[in-house]
Amino acid sequence: MSGNPKISEKNNSKKTISFSENDYLKSLKVFFEEVTLISRFTIRFFKEVVKPPYEFNEVAKQSYLIGYKSFPLVAITGFIMGLVLTIQSRPTLAQFGAESWLPAMVAVSIIREIGPVITALIFAGKVGSGIGAELASMKVTEQIDAMEVSGINPIKYLVVTRIMAATLMLPILVIVADVISLYGAYIGVNLKGDVNFHLFFVKVFEKLTFMDVFPALIKTFFFGFIIALISCYKGYNSNKGTVGVGESANAAVVYASLMIFIIDMIAVQVTSLFI
Amino acid sequence: METTVAEITHLKKSFGNNHVLKDISFNIKKGENLAVLGKSGSGKSVLIKCLVGLIEPDDGKVVLLDQDISELDNEALNLLRKKIGFLFQSAALYDSMTVGENLAFPLRDLKTKPKEEIDALVMEALENVGLADAIDQMPAELSGGMRKRVGLARTLILKPEIILYDEPTTGLDPITSREISQLILDIQKKYNTASIIITHDIECVRITANRMIIIKDGESVAEGTYDELSKSKDQWVNSFFKPH
Repeated sequence: MSGNPKISEKNNSKKTISFSENDYLKSLKVFFEEVTLISRFTIRFFKEVVKPPYEFNEVAKQSYLIGYKSFPLVAITGFIMGLVLTIQSRPTLAQFGAESWLPAMVAVSIIREIGPVITALIFAGKVGSGIGAELASMKVTEQIDAMEVSGINPIKYLVVTRIMAATLMLPILVIVADVISLYGAYIGVNLKGDVNFHLFFVKVFEKLTFMDVFPALIKTFFFGFIIALISCYKGYNSNKGTVGVGESANAAVVYASLMIFIIDMIAVQVTSLFI
Repeated sequence: METTVAEITHLKKSFGNNHVLKDISFNIKKGENLAVLGKSGSGKSVLIKCLVGLIEPDDGKVVLLDQDISELDNEALNLLRKKIGFLFQSAALYDSMTVGENLAFPLRDLKTKPKEEIDALVMEALENVGLADAIDQMPAELSGGMRKRVGLARTLILKPEIILYDEPTTGLDPITSREISQLILDIQKKYNTASIIITHDIECVRITANRMIIIKDGESVAEGTYDELSKSKDQWVNSFFKPH
C-alpha cells in the first residue's frame, strides 16, 4: 500500500487510522500500474516464446529442477491428503449408511478439486518462492544485466524457460499426487474396514467420468503458468537490494496462491456449463 | 589517424528530480584507454549503463562503432553488444555456473563452433588472466580479485572492440588493484581495444589511462592526460591527485 495512513491519538488512549481520498487514489494508481506492467510482461513472454532460437536444453534443465525435485514433497502431501480425507469423511458417510460410497466420494474430491489445488499451492510455495528469490538475487547482483550486455535475451533464457517448465511440470505432478492420494485413501479405507485393492479401484473408477478428470487436468496448466509468470515477474522486477529478494519471494507465493483460487473459481464456472 | 569508436554527445539522464547526468560529451578512439573519474554518486555508473542501453538516456546521442544505439531494435542492439565487453563492479558472475561455464555462456549463440574450439577459447581467456586452474570452480569459491579476473576473462571471450570497466579496482587491496590495472593495460596492448574505465581510483587511472575526464555533479569539468590534469590549478580537480 503506497498511501501512508494518518494515525491520530484521541483521548490519550484510542488510536484511529484514517485514509484520505488521496491515499485511496494513490493505491488505485499503484494497482493499475502493476496490472499494466504485468500485462506487458505477459505479452513479452508470448512474443519471445514463439521466436527462435528455442532454449530446449534450459527448459529440460528447469523441468528437472522444478518438476523432479518437487516430486518427494508432492508425493508425501498427496499421500497424507488422501489418507486424512478418507478418515475425516468416514464418520459422516457412516451416519447415512453410505460407507460403501467412501472410495468414489474421496476419488471425485481428490481428482476434481483437492489434488490440483493443494498440489498447486505446494508448488507455489516451493517453486514460486524459489524462482522469485533466484531472479531477484540475479537482478541485485547484476547477473541479469550481465546477460543482457552479452547480447543474450534474459527474458528468453530465464523467464520463458521457467514458465514453460512450470506449465508442463505441474500437470504431471498433479497426476502423481492424485494417484498417490488414491493410494492413501485406500490405506485410509482399510484402517477401519477390509476392502481389497481391486475392489477399491473398481469403486473409484465406477464413479469417475471423463468430465471429472479432463477439466481438472486442464486447469493445472493454467495454475503452473500463472505461478511461474507471477514469480518471474516479481523476481525480474525486484529493485530494493537484498530486502527486495525476500519481498519478491514472499510476493510471488502470496499472489500466485491468490491467483490459483481465482483461476479455480473460473474453471469451476466454465466446467459447470458443460456438465 | 585512429578512428573514433565511441562518440557520446550531450548525454542527459534524470531520475525524478535527481539530475544524474546533466550534459556529458566525449569520444574515444580505437586502441585508447579513457578513464572517467568522479566522486561516488557522481553518475559514473549511470553513464556507463547508458552506453550499452541498460539505462535509456533522456536526451543526447550515443554512437558506438558507427551505430546510434537509440535507433537500433533489440536484435541489432544485441548484435552490437557482442562487440562491446562490460566488466561489472561486482563482476556479476553467474552463481549457478562454474567458471568455465560462465566463460562459455556468451559463446552459446555460436552453435556452429565445435565444442573443442569453444573449450580452447575459454582456456585462452582464462590463461590471459592467469586463472586457467580455476576452470571448474564455482564463483562462490573465488576471492574478490579472482572474481574480477574471471569477469574480465568473460568480457574478453567475444574479442570485443570496446571494453567498459565499471569500477574495476573497487573493493580490492592495493596489490590486487595494481594487478587488475596492469591486466587492463596488457589487454589494451594485446588486442588494441578501446576502453572506458569508470573509477575513482587515481592509481588505476595513472597505470591504465591515455586520457581522462573528470565528472562533477553530472557534468564533465576537466579533460586531459594524467600528467596535464595532475598539474591543474583547479582545487577540485587537484584534490583527486592528493595522497589520502
